[in-house]
Amino acid sequence: VSKPTDLVQGTLDLLILKTVALEPMHGWAIAQRIRQMSGEVLLVGQSALYPALHKLEQQGWIEAEWKVSENSRRAKYYRLTAAGRDALDAEARQWARLSAAISLVVNKA
Amino acid sequence: MEVRMMRWLATVSLRLRSLLLGGRVERELREELAYHLEREVAAGRAAGLSEAEAHVAARRTLGAVAQNQEACRDARRVAFVDHTMRDLRFAIRQLAVNRGFACTTIGVLTLGIASAVAIFGFVDAAMLRPLPYDAPTRLVHAFTTGPDAPPSMNRSSVSYLNFRDWRERSRAFGAMAAYDVRTGFNLTTASGPERVRGLRVTAGFFHTLGVAPALGREFRRDEEGQDAPAVVMLSHGAWQTRFGGDPAILGRTVTLQSPWLAGGEPHVVIGVLPPAFHFGMAAEADFWATIRGPQPCWEVRPCQSLEVVARLADGVTPEAAAADLTLVVAQLRREHPPADGRAVPQVARLTPLRDVVLGNVRLPLLMLLGAAGLLWLIAAINGVSLLLARSEVRRREIAVRHALGASSGRLVLQFGTEAVVLALVSGTLGLLLAAWSMRALVGLLDADMLARMPYFRDVGLDGRVIAGAAALTAVLAVVLGLVPALRTSKARTIAGLKEATRGGTGAMWRRAGAPLVVAELAIAMVLLVNASLLGKSVYRLLNVDPGFPVDHLAVVPVSPVGTGGDTGRPAGQLADRIAERVAAVPGVVSAAYADIGPVAASLAPTTSFAVVGRPDDTVRENGPVRRVGPGYFRTLQVTLQRGREFSAADLRGGRPLVIINATAARRYFRGEDPIGRSIVFGGPASPRRDIVGVVADIQDGPPDALPAAAAYVPFDETAFTLVVRTEGPESSVLPAIVAAVHDVAPGVLIQREASMADRIGRLPATALSRAAAWLVGAFAAIAFVLGVAGLYGVVAYAVGQRSREIGVRVALGAGRGGIYRLVMRDAGWLVSLGAAVGLAAGVGFATLTRRLLFGIESWDPATLAAATLALVVAALVASYAPARRAMAVNPVDVLRSE
Repeated sequence: VSKPTDLVQGTLDLLILKTVALEPMHGWAIAQRIRQMSGEVLLVGQSALYPALHKLEQQGWIEAEWKVSENSRRAKYYRLTAAGRDALDAEARQWARLSAAISLVVNKA
Repeated sequence: MEVRMMRWLATVSLRLRSLLLGGRVERELREELAYHLEREVAAGRAAGLSEAEAHVAARRTLGAVAQNQEACRDARRVAFVDHTMRDLRFAIRQLAVNRGFACTTIGVLTLGIASAVAIFGFVDAAMLRPLPYDAPTRLVHAFTTGPDAPPSMNRSSVSYLNFRDWRERSRAFGAMAAYDVRTGFNLTTASGPERVRGLRVTAGFFHTLGVAPALGREFRRDEEGQDAPAVVMLSHGAWQTRFGGDPAILGRTVTLQSPWLAGGEPHVVIGVLPPAFHFGMAAEADFWATIRGPQPCWEVRPCQSLEVVARLADGVTPEAAAADLTLVVAQLRREHPPADGRAVPQVARLTPLRDVVLGNVRLPLLMLLGAAGLLWLIAAINGVSLLLARSEVRRREIAVRHALGASSGRLVLQFGTEAVVLALVSGTLGLLLAAWSMRALVGLLDADMLARMPYFRDVGLDGRVIAGAAALTAVLAVVLGLVPALRTSKARTIAGLKEATRGGTGAMWRRAGAPLVVAELAIAMVLLVNASLLGKSVYRLLNVDPGFPVDHLAVVPVSPVGTGGDTGRPAGQLADRIAERVAAVPGVVSAAYADIGPVAASLAPTTSFAVVGRPDDTVRENGPVRRVGPGYFRTLQVTLQRGREFSAADLRGGRPLVIINATAARRYFRGEDPIGRSIVFGGPASPRRDIVGVVADIQDGPPDALPAAAAYVPFDETAFTLVVRTEGPESSVLPAIVAAVHDVAPGVLIQREASMADRIGRLPATALSRAAAWLVGAFAAIAFVLGVAGLYGVVAYAVGQRSREIGVRVALGAGRGGIYRLVMRDAGWLVSLGAAVGLAAGVGFATLTRRLLFGIESWDPATLAAATLALVVAALVASYAPARRAMAVNPVDVLRSE
């Protein structure tokens, strides 16, 4: 299980924002989606996921709604807010700069 | 900007939701996590795992559910508030469960806070609240004194003529006024004459204080002096109670008479003072009249009956003003040389008005504040040791919680919350109790005392008092909160668990507990020593030998009222008739009279005098002068050492005569016979008085006044004080005496007839000392109980903790007596240390306040020994029960319980 500390600080937030940007999703689905999209590399555990979700909700970047899920149970769906979209853009740009910089360093060596 | 605002609002509403709908948010969190688990299990099954295996696998990926929930709560950032609320509920629940502990602690702390706050309320009213005048710090009391008078000399009086010259000639003051120190008026009412509180002042008196009348105006310059019209101003209280707040009061007349002036006169009401006004320099007054009309004292410079209040001119320092006034004083002494011809230099001195108003109240107040502070301290220490003892009991609980992962910070916060709850509850209760006790204490002050200390009239809760209570509470909260904090460090957890299993002694508590008990006992000792010293002082004050037998002596102040034939002129005639009639009352041995009577509130009036024919040996001392009737000394049963008393004929004129006391004879006629010599009072214009007698010293002033050279002259006043020697108890004869007085003169006013002992007990000096002694006594009693209870707690706890050791000792053959001595020796150490420290500190405290002591030294051995004995006996009694329990320890039980 990949712990949040294994990810670069703040990347989990970016992953979550990016994931829920596609469509409103509940916690388990978010974890699954991240796993699929990363080619089974990034496994986000519950212990990291939910605190991060609650924090993002408190920050007003995502908002939650209880809806009936695909297996017809009540589940908490998270959706990106306008503020969250701005944040996502900023984080994504930041990430692009950072990863490019890291690649530069690593590949030069 | 707007977006930011919206976002902020959304965040706030979410946080509020988390806080207010805590239960719902919690439920949703659980549901959300449960859903995740469910999906995880389903995924496991889909991958081909059995139901049980899927559960285990899911659980494994999830980690600790509770920790997860906590992390989510933390993410919501309401953890702090949430924890605090939970701690609060927990603390209250804990205290509710441990009701005995909670009640004891709160009770002790409440007592401590209440006593400190109540006394602070009095200090605030007297010393911190501004006087009810405009710019009160610019007001001074001006007087003259010899250049080498001690700094403690802070007030004195001046003659009316000198005051008028000061007012005209000095340049350093914005305004200057004075009042006559002789207080009180006889008021003619529908139901007969009545003595009321009143003062005579000069024009511009209220202007000087910067007080504007609530109604009407104040005295003009033409309402002061020889031919001035009779006008009066009323206090707000008198206007309300006597005249029902009549809005048309101005222009009405009231008939007033100064007891020392003949004849009552109608006075026109010209003004009413504001409600907040009081004048604490003299006794509080309800009627204010002016200095007017003929009065012998106001017409000569040696008769000093006025005290001066002045306002410093803008930009003038007190030093410069005093220098300016000193020039005026010197000028006046050149123009009007004193009687003795030797110009003793005089300087003007200024005292801040506040210092004069406070007078001798300051020291008792500060002493009481110190005592109350000590009581608060002992209460705080008691609270700390109660909390310590409790945290000792909860040692295991703390250790277990630590082991289960509670952070030190959380535990400190949790126990701190309990301390804060205790402090807050005690602080609130203490404030309420203080408010109540302030009213109760003011109620205990008798009217005379309250009139002299009018600033106590409005004692109660104000901003400063509440702030003081809050500060004391905050300190308590911090101190009490620190106690568990010091005890919940993680390093100690392991030791805690180990010790707890071993049933070992709480080393930390013994270390901290013992010094606390020593401190408690020491403080209790300080208060005990001081209460005993004060109590003994009061006893000595009340039982001081005034130079005559106090028993079976009644004192009846009589004041002739009105303009009729009963004004007492010629001097002494009415008094003679009344004394004669009273002497005939059954049960009365003899009756006589004087202007003031023995053992008065002060030595005043006083005078300087010179021996005729001895210009080189002028007497500059001011000694009391009393105007006495025939048989005065015989009735008091004072030894007439030489010569004779005055006869009735001496009062009717003839040569001016005088009787001096033994101190005067010893000081000024050493080796000579004073009989036949003459002395002169005050100025050169006053007549030579031939000495006809020498009497043994009696106390003319307050019981603590030093022996002074006294002079007695034939009675020549109108108001007088009857002294009546009775056969049996005074109280049984007093009604008959009063009836006899009214029999002779129905119109006269009798003010507070009493036995001599009661009169002494009611004097300002004794009343104040007694009040202080009672309060300190009460504080000492509480401190004593707390200190001894603290000792009991420590010893009992130590015995409980050492029962294993004791059991082993007994099993190994130690005698019961040995065990008893073991416990008592430990207790003895604590007591000896506490008593020794307390004795030293107590003597120090008493030495600082030694001016409050009368006839006793601050290190009085008998008092110290008695206080020590009391503490030791109480301590032994307190240690006895635990020591007995130690002796009764059954070694088999103890060893089996291991």
